[in-house]
Amino acid sequence: MDAINVKDLVKEYRNFTLGNLNVTIPSGYIVGLIGENGAGKTTFIKCLLEIIKPTKGTIKLLGQDIKDAKEDIGVVLDDMFFPEILQVKDISAVMKGIYQKWDEELFFKYLKDFNLDPNKIIKTLSKGMHKKLEIATALAHHPKLLILDEPTEGLDPVVRSEVLDIFLNFIQDEEHSVLLSTHITSDLEHIADCIIFIADGKILMEKDRDELLDNYGILKVNVDEIDKIAKEDIIACLKHRYDYEILVSEKDKISKKYPNYIVDKITLEELMVLMIKGERQC
Amino acid sequence: MRIIVSNSSPVPIYEQIKKAIMDQIMNDELKENEPLPSIRALARDIKISVMTIKKAYDELESEGYIKVVQGKGTFVSPKNPDLALENAQKEIEKHLEEALNIASRYDISKEDLKELIDILGGEA
Repeated sequence: MDAINVKDLVKEYRNFTLGNLNVTIPSGYIVGLIGENGAGKTTFIKCLLEIIKPTKGTIKLLGQDIKDAKEDIGVVLDDMFFPEILQVKDISAVMKGIYQKWDEELFFKYLKDFNLDPNKIIKTLSKGMHKKLEIATALAHHPKLLILDEPTEGLDPVVRSEVLDIFLNFIQDEEHSVLLSTHITSDLEHIADCIIFIADGKILMEKDRDELLDNYGILKVNVDEIDKIAKEDIIACLKHRYDYEILVSEKDKISKKYPNYIVDKITLEELMVLMIKGERQC
Repeated sequence: MRIIVSNSSPVPIYEQIKKAIMDQIMNDELKENEPLPSIRALARDIKISVMTIKKAYDELESEGYIKVVQGKGTFVSPKNPDLALENAQKEIEKHLEEALNIASRYDISKEDLKELIDILGGEA
């Protein structure tokens, strides 16, 4: 069964259009959503959850309409709201009324793992602590699908790595899946099975992690030697003071073809910058 | 089982995993019928995506190093000496090809290269 199935999704605003998007995410994997601010990541996630009503298109989560799937979905949103006057532990009582499968014990276990004091007033939590509370809340009703908008934002590297471990543990069950958007692309570089890259409301790339990071590379060429590179080998390029950075695919082939130049491994961040800021020809 | 993955290596991660398992099968650290960790468990333990591990396991299976028994798990296949030889040859080929590339860049003749091999092998 597919975890997420989106067909012809369009959301029109006066000066921004998301779509037309078609996305299929099979169960059992971690999928990363990347893109610039304003590219449409949050709009997409909110459409999935029916927080925003799409202009058109159909969305199935775990093979069902969102209203029927809610019990099986854990969510972290960018602008998550918890009543500020409550104590952390009070969230459990609130959630018990919302989710049938709410697991109080599991919730308090996550609080302990995250070093969150159950007696703390929510208003006094730091941004990172608030995020941890959101993640604990998303996980504590035994969901099958996690939909997370910027779940690692504001977290320090140590906690981020703990959270990523939680996701890898979560998908030990083959029926479990995770969709997360993030700016911290290094979080995705190892654990994401698939990357969806959104730019200006459209999907610019949707590829397996390996296909992306093992295949693409950055060719570095001195500015005065750029004419030695065949046009068809250039996907995108950025000119600097002393060199060009050129995005290439099939990097092994390219490094054989141009043995005198450096072909570096690429990071998701570099890929994003080159695809968005780079010129299509040098 | 021992697996260490280098993030800075130009070798793709799935290949590093594949090679680590292959090497241990070849030198008997992993013995015939020994169970391997499940794809998901290994993904969690070395913090690498499930699909990357799957790719490594798929290739190991299609090349005859491991076998998947439905519902039971993944196990080391009986060792095949021909396979080991074939792989050694492939690896040597890869390195020689690289050497030839370097040689052609500096106009070093094939004869000189052969001589070099003899010298390194201690036969000259």
